[in-house]
Amino acid sequence: MKRREFIEKTALSSALIGLGGISLPSFTTLEKKQITILHTNDVHSYIDPFPTNHPKNPNLGGVARRAAIIENIRKENQNVLLLDAGDIFQGTPYFNYYGGELEFKLMSMMKYDIATIGNHDFDNGIDGLFAQLPNASFEFVNANYDFKNTILNGIIKPYKIINKGGIKVGVFGLGIQLEGLVDKNNYKETIYNNPLEIAQDLSRILKEEKKCDLIICLSHLGYQYKNDEQKISDLKLASLTKNIDLIIGGHTHTFLDKPTVVKNSEGKDVIVNQVGCYGLNLGKIDFFFDNDKSKIAEGKSIVI
Amino acid sequence: MVKLKNYNVVLKQFVLILTFALLLSCGEKKYFVTKIEGKKISIENSVTESTEIENFVKPYRESIDKDLSQVLSFAPETLDKTGTWQTPIGNFLSDITLEKTQPIFEKRENKSIDICLLNHGGIRSIIPSGNVTSRTAYEIMPFENTTIVVGLKAEQIEEIVSYIISEKKPHPLSGMSFTIDKNNNPTSILVNNKPLEKNKIYYVVTSDYLVNGGDNMTFFQKGVEKYNLDYKLRNVLIDYFKTNKEIKANTNIRINKE
Repeated sequence: MKRREFIEKTALSSALIGLGGISLPSFTTLEKKQITILHTNDVHSYIDPFPTNHPKNPNLGGVARRAAIIENIRKENQNVLLLDAGDIFQGTPYFNYYGGELEFKLMSMMKYDIATIGNHDFDNGIDGLFAQLPNASFEFVNANYDFKNTILNGIIKPYKIINKGGIKVGVFGLGIQLEGLVDKNNYKETIYNNPLEIAQDLSRILKEEKKCDLIICLSHLGYQYKNDEQKISDLKLASLTKNIDLIIGGHTHTFLDKPTVVKNSEGKDVIVNQVGCYGLNLGKIDFFFDNDKSKIAEGKSIVI
Repeated sequence: MVKLKNYNVVLKQFVLILTFALLLSCGEKKYFVTKIEGKKISIENSVTESTEIENFVKPYRESIDKDLSQVLSFAPETLDKTGTWQTPIGNFLSDITLEKTQPIFEKRENKSIDICLLNHGGIRSIIPSGNVTSRTAYEIMPFENTTIVVGLKAEQIEEIVSYIISEKKPHPLSGMSFTIDKNNNPTSILVNNKPLEKNKIYYVVTSDYLVNGGDNMTFFQKGVEKYNLDYKLRNVLIDYFKTNKEIKANTNIRINKE
């Protein structure tokens, strides 16, 4: 694999430097920490590798291989978060025959932490999704679908905060507009709310009220819509919000050579990533943390 | 001297608050990001599989395989999704859907279908050259979508044309053709090689997904008649594979761009 690298130095906000004014030297124990975010999107029930004679993806993908890679990464670093950005369902006979049971069971075996809901996850109706939830040991997050008049009321949470080795990670989910994309008979009374407004609000809550060290948006909005400037996408979301560190996307089946770095509304860097589809790739983003305030001025480097 | 007691309480509270604040600031260590590394890991065949996962999947796979692996037909050439206004697989799918649903509609309603319109995005895979099985049908059409015939007025047929021009997608189309001129306007709209007739009802076979507003094909909602054929698109494919020894796409042009 070609690994293009570039280093970007960013001056961190003066607000953090300001915190340095309260000196409590006796309490400072300097610590470095690492969180590894692993992610998939649009796996679409692709459990087996593609056949060897497939014209586009011969002998690529496969859950058993992905599981082995994840297992090896977990051996190296215990602070791993495994996430999926939706469209787990639909695409192979495994879904037609078993309705998503195997997909959820395998994701549970791989110890997925959180997933969000894609439009195809409604393909057996909202009841079909609900029926498979007992097979999932992981949780679903979505903040812009209002499920209050559906069977999923109270089950799908807007966000989840996970403490990984002392680092507080807030993960919230965003879903795409359902009208015109999903049969109304399938999504029923689910109400779609503006994802941008929700993201602006929620990222502030996670940062300021919940004091999260890292904020991740699991999005099924799509990477970019070149023909429709009005349509919300991950790139737009990144540039119009603040406090989000990482957007893990899906829906558009976008194969990126490397994660995209976008400036947010405050001019800070946001990482946007998506790894195509069908379980052909696993995304890996490592965040290195420090509590040594003297290093704040050095800024952060992004190596991609 | 009078309020000394109260003063002590305030002092005690102040010390408590201060201690608590100190404890709090020491308990909540502030971490910040110093470095971010990102990379894509390809899931390639060089990776040794997890045996636990493989053993878990095996019984599911075997049960499905038994059902799907039977060879039904043969494709001499790959039918793929390439093309600006029409694709080999789109032509194939719309042609066979019209062919397979026509006898059902004629028998039930004593009318005939004029047009088939499906959606490009609904074709989820290609037909690779070689043996064709019902697995191929599942991969192309994994959805449980069923075929519906909608009666549309000539006005809505024109809406179909403008929709396709504005969407710029090779939506599978059979039974009709048109030309897009240099100014991006439609000309010579033909159904069954005849120009549109103002008062005629045209019967269009499509999927329930599109009839219910999918892909914003809103013209279907203006339909004056609607017949659910209870015939899944996937089964159209499987039935066609079973009755045809060779799978080939018609290459005739349906949408011509000047």
